[in-house]
Amino acid sequence: MTQNGAYAIGLKNVNIFYGEKLAVKDVTLSIANQKITAFIGPSGCGKSTVLRSINRMNDLIPGARVEGEVTFHGQQLYDEKVDAVEVRRRIGMVFQKPNPFPKSIYDNVAYGPRLLGVRSKNKLDEIVERSIKSSYLWDEVKTDLKKSGMALSGGQQQRLCIARTIAVEPEVILMDEPCSALDPIATQAIEELMKDLVKTYTIIIVTHNMQQAQRVSDYTAFYSIRKEEETGGKEKRWGLLVEHNHTEKLFSAPQNEETERYIRGEFG
Amino acid sequence: MTYMPNDQQFERGLRMRHLRGSVWQRFFMLSTIVALLALLALFYNVFDQAFGYVAEQYQIDPATLAPDGDISALENDGLTALLLEYQPRKIPVYVRDNLSVVDASQFTTLPLSQVLAGKTVPEEFADKTIRDLAPQDQANLLATNLSHEQLVQLVTTDVVGAEILESWDLTSSLFRRAEVEATAREKYPNAKFYFRSWINFDFLVNPGSSVPGAAGVRTALLGSLWVIAITVIFAFPIGVGAAIYLEEYATRSRINQIIETNVRNLAGVPSIIYGLLGLAIFVRALQFVTDGRTLLSAGLTMGLLILPVIIINAQEALRAVSNAIREASYGLGATKWQTIWNQVLPAAMPGILTGTILAMSRAIGETAPLIVIGASTFIVFDPNGPLSKFTALPIQIYQWTSRPQPQFRDIAAAAIIVLLVVLLLLNASAIYLRQRFKRKLQG
Repeated sequence: MTQNGAYAIGLKNVNIFYGEKLAVKDVTLSIANQKITAFIGPSGCGKSTVLRSINRMNDLIPGARVEGEVTFHGQQLYDEKVDAVEVRRRIGMVFQKPNPFPKSIYDNVAYGPRLLGVRSKNKLDEIVERSIKSSYLWDEVKTDLKKSGMALSGGQQQRLCIARTIAVEPEVILMDEPCSALDPIATQAIEELMKDLVKTYTIIIVTHNMQQAQRVSDYTAFYSIRKEEETGGKEKRWGLLVEHNHTEKLFSAPQNEETERYIRGEFG
Repeated sequence: MTYMPNDQQFERGLRMRHLRGSVWQRFFMLSTIVALLALLALFYNVFDQAFGYVAEQYQIDPATLAPDGDISALENDGLTALLLEYQPRKIPVYVRDNLSVVDASQFTTLPLSQVLAGKTVPEEFADKTIRDLAPQDQANLLATNLSHEQLVQLVTTDVVGAEILESWDLTSSLFRRAEVEATAREKYPNAKFYFRSWINFDFLVNPGSSVPGAAGVRTALLGSLWVIAITVIFAFPIGVGAAIYLEEYATRSRINQIIETNVRNLAGVPSIIYGLLGLAIFVRALQFVTDGRTLLSAGLTMGLLILPVIIINAQEALRAVSNAIREASYGLGATKWQTIWNQVLPAAMPGILTGTILAMSRAIGETAPLIVIGASTFIVFDPNGPLSKFTALPIQIYQWTSRPQPQFRDIAAAAIIVLLVVLLLLNASAIYLRQRFKRKLQG
């Protein structure tokens, strides 16, 4: 699918469980290197669950379990020998609600490098400046790096979180609905930032907003829900991947009838 | 067809609804007033006892003993000279009670080198017994070995012999002053009649005494501070550690749930049972470490007592830390420990400190465990380390209130005020600490 044929992440027959409950069934998907891939789909379709399985964030939820293969440049991420801590450094994450630490702007960005053992003041200064510049926040905060990260506006907080993520130099950045808590102007700033970041990083973004997927992404994966009546009137629901294609193609000529109904806004 | 009431029904119904609301509001107000009254009654009771007129009489007027009546201006020699003059027969008793290191039954028969081992004894007396010494030599032993302060106290109680013959409570002192004074002048014509605040500087710095007018809380106050310090040093790290384990590491297994439930139950166990536990473990079984009924035993017992409270509060504080912060930290490649140490603990610290303050307040007022593990009820030496024998404020208060002389009730009230002030100071400093943590978190 990609021009250069390089994939950063591969999912093969991935099932994700929360305890006994199947959340996502049989996802097979390759994520193109240094492109933006958007995950779209109705609420409860498991797109965030898939996203969080890529940097093993699901490990933190008791009872969560991943079957199948998740690979990063061919390396099995759920191999016993792989440390989730290492995975999360290489595959960074930006969350739905901006979540800066209750510390200064400087300490927020320096947190990751410090975890990895960078102690020198000069190096940290350089990393902080470079990261904040890369996230288009420098001009707004450069005189006030001692100020608490919590004191910034929502959009600034989210860009601070992006700066914090790129400070540890990951290869992939996962974004879980990063603009859903932001106003349109802040959203636009983040979208422009993403287009710049993709020159260096592979980005996966979960979004509820189809226009946003069309505006920023190179590829789009559409997820949906399947239901099954169980005995006793209970209902079993799980998510699955319906279609994955170039964003342009997926929105202009969907292969699947369900995709077409979703992008026309018939359900969601 | 509507099910809603018509206008008339609605109006009547509305009146009833408002009425019900105001009845409840009155009830809640009443509850507050009852609580307030209870508090006022407590304060009234304490302050009523702690201040008031007294009739005080000297056996010997200090003005005849020392210039300006200031006993403490005299040197050690002068003080022992007074003891020798007015209480000649009690000199050996002073030596026995304050200096002897042997059992009272052997005091008169053993040589002084043994009786006063470790004290300064002139060489020519080393082989003699106390009976062989002239009274002046016995007095010299006191002058060289006792502190100036101890001697001043002996002279004050046994020579000056200030005795408070009667004391009046604050209410009668304020509202029936003339009547009180008339009674005092008539009953005790030679006594000094004056308004006394039982809580005063001397009361804070004097050690315990069998004479209410001379007794102070210094020993008990220091004992309480030592106990609370040992308690916190022991219980805070262990309590927070256990909370971190239960909250952050332990899985939701059956065993862990049983442990958690039991920790909660332990917080409700009566304190006297902790006293029995402390007696068995710290005083008896671990005697080689704690040296028996010492501050260390008391501190560790109190530590056990407040451990469950600290654990529960710390667990709640840790649980209240938002998951977003944990996820942000893990998302940057932090290990579990790095996340706990750098993010979770600082965010939970204000809550943990609040829990610890509450636990400390409970511990400082606890009496039952101290009685069980055997805090001394009468002790005049300051504690000088974790292995000292000790007394504590609540014990001292308890002991004073059970004495027959009514004046002890007055100093018990004064000691209660000291205890309350210590409590408030501890709370205030801990609240200050908590606010500083909060401010640091919010930048």
